[in-house]
Amino acid sequence: MTATGFLSQVLQLAIALALAPLLLGWVNQCRAWLSNRSAPPLLLPYRMIRKLFHKDAVVAQNASAVFRITPYIVFGSMALAAAIVPSLATDVPFAHAADAIALVGLFALARVFIALAAMDIGTAFGSIGARREMFIGFLAEPALLMVLFTASLISGSTALPTIVETLAHRDIAIYPSLAFAGVAFTMVSLAENARIPIDNPATHLELTMIHEAMILEYSARHLALIEWASALKLFNYSCIGLALFVPFGIAEVGADWVAILKAAPVLVAKLAVGGLALALIETLSAKLRIFRAPEFLGTAFLLAVLGMLVTQLLGA
Amino acid sequence: MTAIPLWAQLINLLAAVLLLLAFAMLAQRRVLTLIDLFATQGFALACSTAIVAYATNQSHLYWSAGLTLILKVGVLPWLLHRMIERLDVRWDVEGLINIPATMLIGIVLVVFAFNLAFPIAQLASTVTRATLGIAMASVMLSFLMMITRRKAIPQVIGFLSMENGLFFAATSATYGMPMVVELGIALDVLVGMLILGVFFFQIREQFDSLDLKHLEKLKEHE
Repeated sequence: MTATGFLSQVLQLAIALALAPLLLGWVNQCRAWLSNRSAPPLLLPYRMIRKLFHKDAVVAQNASAVFRITPYIVFGSMALAAAIVPSLATDVPFAHAADAIALVGLFALARVFIALAAMDIGTAFGSIGARREMFIGFLAEPALLMVLFTASLISGSTALPTIVETLAHRDIAIYPSLAFAGVAFTMVSLAENARIPIDNPATHLELTMIHEAMILEYSARHLALIEWASALKLFNYSCIGLALFVPFGIAEVGADWVAILKAAPVLVAKLAVGGLALALIETLSAKLRIFRAPEFLGTAFLLAVLGMLVTQLLGA
Repeated sequence: MTAIPLWAQLINLLAAVLLLLAFAMLAQRRVLTLIDLFATQGFALACSTAIVAYATNQSHLYWSAGLTLILKVGVLPWLLHRMIERLDVRWDVEGLINIPATMLIGIVLVVFAFNLAFPIAQLASTVTRATLGIAMASVMLSFLMMITRRKAIPQVIGFLSMENGLFFAATSATYGMPMVVELGIALDVLVGMLILGVFFFQIREQFDSLDLKHLEKLKEHE
């Protein structure tokens, strides 16, 4: 582990933790603009998290240890994922701890715990939310894996740093497989981050909510951690997408400090554009009925598999 | 990968688009959108034929590209639209199998077609031979569409899009068939379309429906 590697690791994690709520605020602001409403302040998620940290936690009487530790586990896995995904530099020590498949496993761990915690209290909403979350998750996960496999097939490795470096160094060529994978990845990210076609992050409407239903019982610091973790999840997914499909500007192995520092504004700019695109998709699409979700995610899976098959056949 | 010239990349891209459109047609519920998708497929086909013509300097391929454009983007969709208007059938297409299952069968078919085409593509000497598998796959997907659809018009669209796949196979494997053959096929498709149109009216007059299930009965009264 080099000193630069260590520095980039620390910097990358710090940027992820600090910027994740900002990304959420940015997306919310863009959504408000696009639907002609006056926008909430950009820093609202920070204030929200600070406010929640200052409150006293209320925990249900029959809550078990799972309920108490879940916010820490969820936050921990999202922070670890933020350290693994090469968003700033590829030469980060943590990136070798887990490859693309283990990363999907890490997201799955957080999902399992939050679903368990939702069912722990025994309220109807929690159980419904947990069931829906697992339902969406089991459909989204294979599609996500297929997207990552497509990128792995092109670069010959499931390690994320290798994938990013190969893709960043390829010749300018048209890759139909990556186009398929890109669309599939967008669909999966929307579903995984509880965004509009699958879930609406802005509502507490009983019949439709998924993510919000699961965290209804949480308060104060637990809720703050979970909110922060979901912002981090969105950040992580955006960074995976950027690393796979626009891997330019990420500092590479052997890069010096200047290159790593230069990579930060590039990342922020890419995230800003990505956030705007997300807000645009959300504004343009309507929420699907929950039972249409299999079709939506089935299409994502299909596109990802097609991408993989096309890679095999055309070598592109 | 640097060896692949730009035009071959474009053809690969269009091949991927063709495959995507074949799946989109398989998944489409509405008959009007189905026709639009068919027209788009024809357009992609005409583009790829024109690119092959440009890249290989085969002037007769320009003719077939133009023919494809006129026939499959212009005339046939127009005929289909008119037929739908006259028959007044804007219903949602109902399949025999539900759509996610159809898609999964489709993926299996694509894998099968790719494997089937692989040894054949090895024998071909053209640069675009890799797309033969995709052409086979779109033929098979159109077959699947004809099998899984119950109503007459989607079945005919499946038949037409199968011809698209065959045409694409011909251009990618051998840089196109002789002009006479192509003209013959184009006319066959057009005439077939007209005859099927007459059939539709007859079928509906007899059974008050375009559901081909009724044709399976041999007697009028059971």
